[in-house]
Order: sequence, then structure tokens, then C-alpha cells
Amino acid sequence: MAAIHLEQLRHSYRARPRDDVAADWALRGLDLRWTDGGAYALLGPSGCGKTTLLNLISGLLRPTRGRVLFDARDVTGLEPGERNIAQVFQFPVVYDTMSVFDNLAFPLRNRGIAAAEVDRRVREIAAMLDLDRTLAQRAAGLTADGKQKISLGRGLVRADVAAILFDEPLTVIDPHLKWRLRSKLKELHQRVGLTMVYVTHDQTEALTFADQVVVMLDGQVVQAGTPVELFERPRHTFVGHFIGSPGMNVLPCQVDAAGVARVDGHAVPVASASPSGARDRKTELGVRPEFVRFADSGLPVQVERVSDVGRFRIVDARLGAHLVKALIAEGQDVPAGGGHLRFDQARTQLYADGWIVD
Amino acid sequence: MATRVENQKAWWLVLPVVLLVAFNAVIPLMAVVNYSVQETFGNNEFFFEGVRWFKQVMQSTRFRESLQRQLMFTAIVLAIELPLGVAIALAMPRKGIGVSICLVLMAMPLLIPYNVVGAMWNIFALPDIGLMGWGLNRLGLDFNYTRQPVSAWVTLVAMDVWHWTSLVVLLTYAGLSAIPDAFYQAARIDGASKWAIFRFIQLPKLKHVLLIAVLLRFMDSFMIYTEAVVLTGGGPGNATTVLSIDLVKIALGQFDLGPAASMSLIYFLIILLLSWLFYTVMTRHDEA
Repeated sequence: MAAIHLEQLRHSYRARPRDDVAADWALRGLDLRWTDGGAYALLGPSGCGKTTLLNLISGLLRPTRGRVLFDARDVTGLEPGERNIAQVFQFPVVYDTMSVFDNLAFPLRNRGIAAAEVDRRVREIAAMLDLDRTLAQRAAGLTADGKQKISLGRGLVRADVAAILFDEPLTVIDPHLKWRLRSKLKELHQRVGLTMVYVTHDQTEALTFADQVVVMLDGQVVQAGTPVELFERPRHTFVGHFIGSPGMNVLPCQVDAAGVARVDGHAVPVASASPSGARDRKTELGVRPEFVRFADSGLPVQVERVSDVGRFRIVDARLGAHLVKALIAEGQDVPAGGGHLRFDQARTQLYADGWIVD
Repeated sequence: MATRVENQKAWWLVLPVVLLVAFNAVIPLMAVVNYSVQETFGNNEFFFEGVRWFKQVMQSTRFRESLQRQLMFTAIVLAIELPLGVAIALAMPRKGIGVSICLVLMAMPLLIPYNVVGAMWNIFALPDIGLMGWGLNRLGLDFNYTRQPVSAWVTLVAMDVWHWTSLVVLLTYAGLSAIPDAFYQAARIDGASKWAIFRFIQLPKLKHVLLIAVLLRFMDSFMIYTEAVVLTGGGPGNATTVLSIDLVKIALGQFDLGPAASMSLIYFLIILLLSWLFYTVMTRHDEA
């Protein structure tokens, strides 16, 4: 078990990356400090550098710049075996000629662990993953689900690893099993207290699994925080968009000399303490649909569409040239045609060039 | 009532290949079958002899000895070429300029005509002027492939290894390139040794290409003729007279067409049987 500290980490797949050309870099410099025993998720769209970051932590890749530290020990130059780390990949990797049991035992046997202990660990993990009835079968004969469970099992079977890294491990798993395995992983994390890092592009997966979620975009960390922080106070408009369903409303706005933000000419009170500092940049206003409600006065809008999704309704309302989404709980009225919207001031953030204005 | 009109034009498209197979394989084979049960003294006169030639071939020590030499040659050559080919393929670079250089070098022996290979090694192994023969003698070894059976065998095997190991290398290299990176990554995470990676990832994934390599090398080495004839002509004495060389001696040297035909059929059936055995044994587990 270990605390992981990433220091000024940069990585490029090119032989001679140019320092000043952003396109040369898959990871453009990040600093992260993860405590021992935490559950972390790396969340971001495809190609944002999540997998690269994971491979840098496990040692499959050497960073072009920067250092990786486990418990203050510099492991940047060490092989994955020496770092004592477990990693589960997106697509199942099984050793075809071995039985399920031998597959699960493989990482233990390679480290010279006694047969009795191997047997105990393998049976424990197999029971957890519902693989106990197939232990004697050849791994090659299993379904994709079964094979991925073997891959997961090989990651979980070692009790003493510094961390377990998951690279979108549930992509190939059936939806009904996905839920079960996800809660198993969470349960396992609480029981053994290993540091776990989980890469995904699925926000539900990230938010249910992790204590802390790291949102990445274009090789950079845009925000690292608890699910609540990401939800309530996205530091970047991308986080607002990417997390939440539907995502945050992002409306272009102007900030006047008095520091009042205006959308389409209408003044909107915001949470930011000093909006006027952002005046000469590209300013936007962000508010989640959860914090938008209808009122007797406020922003004049036309209701365009109402979608009933069960416990609440999603209302698309037109405000001048912009579309604003609002989540309206069951039992509350939605005016037909024209109405007025109000944003919760404490949850309405001002963004300049994409980044939050405090 | 409408009768169904079948379009039979497609047969014309099949015709070329039917003709090709007929003239290339079926008709010659039937001619051999025809010869194998008859006696002829020329003048296109034939007398039916039944299975006499088959009996004669099966009972002759000459055939048994040729077959033994043939089996020994094939066994030695397979035992060297397969492990060596796999080892070279494993050692070859996976990326960069080295890949093309290695592949071109490896492909070269395969592009040389068989009789040229024989002639090259014939000269190369000459004790007085050939680099190999002269060198071995300079090292104090008594090497003369035209007089000593052991020298002749060493030269013959060395020539075949030089000529054909590349085939195993190229097949294996193609097989290795098809293994996804994730397997190697998982093995590194699992702390697998180089040997474990070979034993549990590479070898199982190479199984099918190695099966092809074994079959090709088995059939080819079992039918070796041109290179061996040019190199040793079956000598010294009969020391390197393998089946095909013996067959040609009987058919064209002695003009015993009946025995030669029956021997060809037996030869053919041995290859068929052994190939089938290899295939069955090596794919036994695939359904599991």
C-alpha cells in the first residue's frame, strides 16, 4: 500500500518532443498527490491521457519528464514488477493454456509465494468474483465476461500491492454484471484499504467508485475533487458539461463596469466575489439545471420542450439566443409558453476563458 | 406448372481449374497407379502383375534403408530448424530499420534456386578450395564429404538448415507480431519471467503458425531431392541416398518402372499419413 505522488509529470510518445508545442505531448504536466488507501477515478473523454497516466503510474511507460513517487520513494525508473503494482486492462488478458485457477495463481507463483497461501488467496478471490465453479476449467473456454473476471482476479489476488489500477475494466462486461462488479470493487476497497485508481469515461462509474475524481482534458487535469465538489463547483466549464445529466448550462455573458454579469442584457447575480476582474476576457456563466427554477419574476423565457424522465422533468427554455435547461421536480408547475427563470446565486458561477472566477 | 430452370453456365467458370487439377495431379497419379500394377518391356506392351511390385518394395532392404535415412534426415532437420527458427524470430527487432534489414536477410536463402543452393554448398564444402571444407581441415578435423558418410551428412544437414530455417523464422515472426501488446503488459504487471512469457503467452499464440511450419518443413524435407543430388548425389556409396534419390535411381537409372511406381505410391502414402498424424495430434485440444 502506498501514497502516490506525481511530480511535474509530462509524457510524449514522440522521440524528440518540443517543449513549447502542446500537440507533441500526451500529458502536459500534472501534479497530483494521492493518499494511501484512497479510491480515485480518472475521468475524461477518449484520448485525454487517462491511460497514459495510468501506465506511467504502473511503470509500463517511463515519463518523458517528472517523477513518480510511492510513499516518498522515487520509482520513476523501476519496472512494474519492482513497483509491486496490479493493473487490469480494458480488454481481457488471460493465459489461454492455463486453467482459471492457474491464471489467478500466476502473479502469486511468480513471486514465489507458498502453495498453501496461493491456494487460500485464489479461492477467496474466485469466490468473490463467482469464479469458484470454473476454477478447474481452461481459461480459453470462458466467455468475455468470464475472461475479464479472471483479469480482475489477477489484479486483486495479491494482498500486498502498492496500488491497483483499473483501465476501464468493465467495458466488455454485461450491464447487469457491471453493477455487481462495481459494488464488489467498492466493497473490496473498503475491506482491504488498498489504493485504487480507476480510469473511466463513464461519470456514473467514476462518481460511485471514487472518493476523489480527477477530471482530465487534453493531457491536463482540469479539476480534482470529491464528487460533490465537482458537482457543486466545477472549476472549468468542461467539468460542468461532462459531469451531470444533463450537464451544466453554460451561457455567454458580459460583465459591465460595475461588475454585474449580464446574459442577453439581463443582470444575473453570481457567486463570484470579484466578477469585474474577468471583464476583458471571454466570460460565461454556468449554472446546473438542478439550480434553475421558475419564479414570478426574473429572466424572461419561452418554454420550448418538456421531457418527463420520471422523478423530475427536464425543461428546455429559450432565453434570447440561448437555451437553458431546468430540472423541475414532480408536482411543481411548468408554465406553458412564457415564464420567468431564477438561478440560485450561490450555485451560479462566472467563468473566464473556461476557468472559474473566484 | 413452371419448371425450374437451372443456370448451368457456372460450370464453364470451374472448367479451367478442373482441367488444371486433372492434368497436373489426377491423370499423372492415375498413370503411376497404372504402372504400379504392370510390367513393361517397352514397345508399349504391358502385362498385369497385381501387387507384386508392392510386395517387392516393402520386402526390400534397399527401400527400408532409404526410408530410414529419410526419416533420420527429416527428424534431424526438424529438430534443428524449428527451435533455431523460433529463437531467431524471438531475437529479431520489433520496430525500426532493423526489421526490414532482418526480414530481407532472412528471405534471401528462400529465393535461391534449389540446384544453385546445392552447387553453392558443393563448392563451399570442398576440402581443398571450399571455405567450409578447407577451414574445418585447417582446424584439424578430417573432413571430406565425398569420402566420409559423416561429413556428407553434416554438409547436407547444414545446407538444409541454411536454406530453410528462414521459413520457420518468417512464419514465427508473423505469429509474434500478431500478439497484442496488452498480453506483454499484463505479463510485466504479473511479474512473469522471460521464460514464463514464452511458455504461457508466445508459445500458445504461436501454436497455429508452428503447426504450419512443422507440416511444411516435414513435407519438404521428406521430399528433398535437387539440393541433395547436386551436393552428394546420394553418396558416398549410398550414405545419403534418401527416398527421392533412390526412387529416381530405380525409375530412370534402372528403368524399373513398375517397382518405381509402386514405391512412389508408398512414399506418397507415408507423407500423407505422417502429415495427418502431426495435424491430428497438434490440434487435439482445440475443441476443448
